[in-house]
Amino acid sequence: MIDISTNIASLKLENPTILASGILDETAGSMISILENGAAAVVTKSIGLKPRKGYPNPTIIELEYGILNAMGLPNPGIKEYREEIIEVKRNGGIIIGSIFGSTPEEFISLAEKMESYGVNALELNLSCPHASGYGLEVGQDRKLVKTIVEEVKNSVHIPVFAKISSNLSDISSIAKAIIDGDADGIVAINTVKAMTIDLELQKPILSNKIGGYSGRAIKPIGVRCVYEITEEYSIPVIGVGGIVSGEDALEYIMAGASAVEIGSGIYYRGVDIFKKICREIESWMELHNYRNIKDLIGVAH
Amino acid sequence: MVTTIQEVYLENKDTKTFLFRYPVKIKPGQFFMIWIPDVDEIPLSCSYIDDTIKGITFRRIGDATKKLFELEIGDKIGVRGPYGNGFNIEDGKILFIGGGTGIITLTPAVEEARNKGIDTTVIIGVKTEEELIFEERLKETGSKIYITTDDGSKGYKGFASDLAYKLLSREKFSSIITCGPELMMKKIMDIRNDIPMQASLERYMKCGIGLCGHCVIGKGLRVCIDGPVFNHQKLEHIKDFGLYRRDASGRKIFFK
Repeated sequence: MIDISTNIASLKLENPTILASGILDETAGSMISILENGAAAVVTKSIGLKPRKGYPNPTIIELEYGILNAMGLPNPGIKEYREEIIEVKRNGGIIIGSIFGSTPEEFISLAEKMESYGVNALELNLSCPHASGYGLEVGQDRKLVKTIVEEVKNSVHIPVFAKISSNLSDISSIAKAIIDGDADGIVAINTVKAMTIDLELQKPILSNKIGGYSGRAIKPIGVRCVYEITEEYSIPVIGVGGIVSGEDALEYIMAGASAVEIGSGIYYRGVDIFKKICREIESWMELHNYRNIKDLIGVAH
Repeated sequence: MVTTIQEVYLENKDTKTFLFRYPVKIKPGQFFMIWIPDVDEIPLSCSYIDDTIKGITFRRIGDATKKLFELEIGDKIGVRGPYGNGFNIEDGKILFIGGGTGIITLTPAVEEARNKGIDTTVIIGVKTEEELIFEERLKETGSKIYITTDDGSKGYKGFASDLAYKLLSREKFSSIITCGPELMMKKIMDIRNDIPMQASLERYMKCGIGLCGHCVIGKGLRVCIDGPVFNHQKLEHIKDFGLYRRDASGRKIFFK
């Protein structure tokens, strides 16, 4: 019997695949469908205090080696999002609430509400690369990061993960700030800051001009970040970025990730990518005589 | 890709058709994401299908379509797609019911059905005569055409669904294909007498490629990829059908 169950802090997952934030997680029906397609947990869309429309289209572009997006954190606001969380919980499933804010107070307010709605853990968005005043703009300030993590940790009882960017000049010092704030885990990485220009119109295609790059092309960047963090610190890490196959997931796991998040991979392989990846991980393990996936975490170090 | 508008037709005072070069295979009912530079990108169904030339037809209702309406021959627009599943056109006797701009999506499907030699009846439902579009084009297909207007300015006075109810009680159809206001389609779902039905739905779309989750209805059905055309078996299980859509932030907006 091959065991692919894993833990991140106190969160127990029956397999290492989690739906990444921002993909197919706006409605309860969508998240329930992803759970039925094999994901061990889902992360919600990043939710703020108030409704936000996001940027005008174009907000997503399919490129040859990846996907570029600048949605602009659209969300219905925490109060209205409550019913989506409650419906997912009623259906049974692990849900991780992603939240964004610009101050510790905003994060605390969102975190407390998320916990009261029943989420199993929190993911602090400290890394969205294209929202002014939020995400990466918050996530590159070491002191602010530590305060946010610390204060959120002091106000809830569920595990708290911080999602960070690969666009940091010093990933280690931000990881340190997150650990000093007593987070239960780090999620690495968010999309990579990028741009594409249309030659005919001679202008950037995204309405926000700059967006975040995801998909196959960014996997080596994510693997490097996970490796760097786990080389230096012993905090649980969830790997994200360009995971499309079981082999990709294993690469992150060998780099030190305890679990992985999948988003753009759905574009390449459909919503049942979670089941497919689990099967691929199991068959790789069988072929290489591994019985427990935990024996593979961080073996590349 | 960015393409150049080659021909422009005024269909009525608020509705235009643009033709442009876009040599891909496309099924009636599929749609494009049309980028109006500096303004927005919106989903529009393909209204004219030729091997190399494709068309879109739109009514000026929002900021994006108002700006699009101002464009002229030689102007550039971005086109992505085609996306979505499209209609399944099978032999038999098909009743097409188009409400408002829904007829734009249906017209290429009627043409394809006629090319396959299928017996077709079309109800074109509009508020008032001056909103009519594609009447001549549909007549040319040799379909049986009925027009309904809410104000009685032309044809049958009443809703398209009212006339559909009458036709369904006196004629036998093998399937129904519809596009229009969701409450109209919901009504048709209720009166269809077990006749197989396909309906093309509209939702606020952002990505068009099944990732952002903005257009999801029911239990994880993405209107952009799993739709926009859904059959009656699927529609029966979509609890939001005829009930609510979502705005740009994801908040529910109930139909009324």
